[in-house]
Amino acid sequence: MASELIRIRAMVWKDLTAERRTKANFNAVAFLAGAILLLFGFALGPDVEALHAAAGGMIWLTVLFSGVLSFNRSYEKELEGGALEALLLYPGDRRSIYLGKLIANFAFVLLVEAILLPAAAVLYDLPLHTVVLPLAGVLLLGTFGFVTLGTFYAAMASRLRAREVLLPLLLFPMLIPLLVACVEATQAILDGNAMGFAGSWMKLLVVFDVVFFVAAYFAFDYVIEA
Amino acid sequence: MLAYVEDDLERARRSRATLPAGMAGSGTAALAHSPSSRQRPRMNNASLAIDLDGVARRFARRWVLRGVTLRVERGEVVGLTGNNGSGKTTLLRIVSTLLRPTRGGGSVFGHDLVKEAAAVRPYIGYLGHAAGLYDDLTAFENLRFSVRMAGLDLGAGVLDEALERVRLDEFRDERTRGFSAGMRRRLGVARLLVRPPRLLLLDEPYASFDVDGITLVNELASSVAEQGGATLIATHDVARGRGVLSRTLRIVEGRLVQRTLDEEEAYLAGRPPAPPVEAEA
Repeated sequence: MASELIRIRAMVWKDLTAERRTKANFNAVAFLAGAILLLFGFALGPDVEALHAAAGGMIWLTVLFSGVLSFNRSYEKELEGGALEALLLYPGDRRSIYLGKLIANFAFVLLVEAILLPAAAVLYDLPLHTVVLPLAGVLLLGTFGFVTLGTFYAAMASRLRAREVLLPLLLFPMLIPLLVACVEATQAILDGNAMGFAGSWMKLLVVFDVVFFVAAYFAFDYVIEA
Repeated sequence: MLAYVEDDLERARRSRATLPAGMAGSGTAALAHSPSSRQRPRMNNASLAIDLDGVARRFARRWVLRGVTLRVERGEVVGLTGNNGSGKTTLLRIVSTLLRPTRGGGSVFGHDLVKEAAAVRPYIGYLGHAAGLYDDLTAFENLRFSVRMAGLDLGAGVLDEALERVRLDEFRDERTRGFSAGMRRRLGVARLLVRPPRLLLLDEPYASFDVDGITLVNELASSVAEQGGATLIATHDVARGRGVLSRTLRIVEGRLVQRTLDEEEAYLAGRPPAPPVEAEA
């Protein structure tokens, strides 16, 4: 168990250190997120009610596209220079590779959200300061489920030639229930219904996170070997 | 040179003739009827470093290996030669558990390559064509990462010592992005030094290396063997391994043919063939 913790910590450290030094992924994702928010903001016009009504969807759409970009990049680094084969040859449980990547991707997407949300608050005139805590809860639960599946499917697509195309094709259908729950809960919180309607969607998010985390954790060994 | 090629083909044909009836033909049709490892119960021999039995591997419709039977004792350093695309790397990857054989099976130190792959991996040290480094980490960080991924938490002193041994100590804190091919391979060797394997698999280890690097690889190969392990070296350049290689095998038409070092060197130099030495692989 101690050795698995060392392995997980090493994976997280390696991914975050490489990203901190190059910022290649972060710059691309931040630019994409900003562009999506801005374009949809202009498309919806100055109507505050329309902006409020679309805000939940816009936030999660931005997270979705930004996340997919970073999941692909996460395994690309392993394919460069044969690092993935070296990873697969280390002794120990290969699921620590998954856990390490999951934690690193989770931290990365949360960082993107921390920048994206204030931008969305300005562009869509959202009263974020009044709903910070419940919104943070939805973001944490939604992001965890999203990253759990994204990291898993990115591993599955990593060995394929057309992985950039295949990852969204594999991932998006599986994410539909999660995204619906995220958008509904976020919208309910932004509309001021934090504990009622949003609460039931958040319960669904918890179930989704647990089910898919357990499934992805146990299936990872087979996926990465194939 | 041609005489040698014909000689190899003849030996490969003879080895095929000694195989079970289903394996004796050539090409896909023959292998399609070959008995699988499931049909032939095999005893895993823990006293052998490598024990392969009729290993065959197909990529799409092309059979790269057609029934490799190989036994490597502890303490041996075995050279593996063959033309480009003959299956040297494929064989190393199968032994390392990175690839599964299409047919046949085998074991490493008594552990089945397919069913007990997780038990095989702790024995393996593999230096492939690519060193598997992360360009945005320094030499020291790459080394520390590999040690931690092995579940170990060695002190910086041990890692620095390994870097010094491969003469990368002055590049310790430089990112590997700017490293030459030789430096990358040296760092790959450093990873093997900090966690010495019991079965060392080296794929073209002499490529990109200077004289010091070649000596380093040979020292590592013989040290693993001396400590009760074994080394399998896939190379086009057996002359560089002279002094450490116990024997040489050549892959011809997907099968192994035993060659002496003199024979192999003469073949590579294009000299007339010496009388062949037959031995079981």
